[in-house]
Amino acid sequence: MMIELLVAFLVVGGGFFCFAAGLGVLRLPDLLVRMHASTKAGTLGSGLILTAVAFAFLEGTVTARAVAAIVFLLLTAPVAAHLIGRAAFRTGVPMDAKTRCEPGVAEALHHRQPDEAPR
Amino acid sequence: MTFLDYAVLLGFALVILGVALASIRLIKGPTLADRIVALDMMTVQLVAFAGLSALQSRNAAFLDVAVVLALVGFLATVCLARYLERRNAINREDRE
Repeated sequence: MMIELLVAFLVVGGGFFCFAAGLGVLRLPDLLVRMHASTKAGTLGSGLILTAVAFAFLEGTVTARAVAAIVFLLLTAPVAAHLIGRAAFRTGVPMDAKTRCEPGVAEALHHRQPDEAPR
Repeated sequence: MTFLDYAVLLGFALVILGVALASIRLIKGPTLADRIVALDMMTVQLVAFAGLSALQSRNAAFLDVAVVLALVGFLATVCLARYLERRNAINREDRE
């Protein structure tokens, strides 16, 4: 009974964070702010639901697979977000008026010589 | 149906809503980078969907789907981000 309560709580919490991530990706003002919602809230929602699966089955093999999936998500989400953010910033995506960047950096990137192009 | 089944159904509804909102951004997205972010997040939400399917069907095989989906989604995101950066560099070389 306690396990079922815990699983239900984790499932609904994970679903809520997945919904919040979708809402953030749709409604937030610019790309770098949207990535905040997609990487953090999305990973937390999926992690909570996979934890619920591990608690619902309570078997060694299932727990191992759920933990592997969670660890994999936690390892890859920051790497993917860093790559997208880097590519987007270097290609000069439009930013919201409230998004600030260190003075001179954007100009230096946009007036870069062609031999300094990213490999 | 126990309350756990209702909780799983509610979780399904919330995750599907999240995917639907992200797909609106995928269609609207003014730049390619917006679309890559939306696709990346839809893959992460499909991992959650696979976990919910495992709970509903009482079948742990769906967890393998979740692990493989996370792997393929990461590779797809890395490839798309590389493409975005390279495409810009190639266009700039063509202009000059």
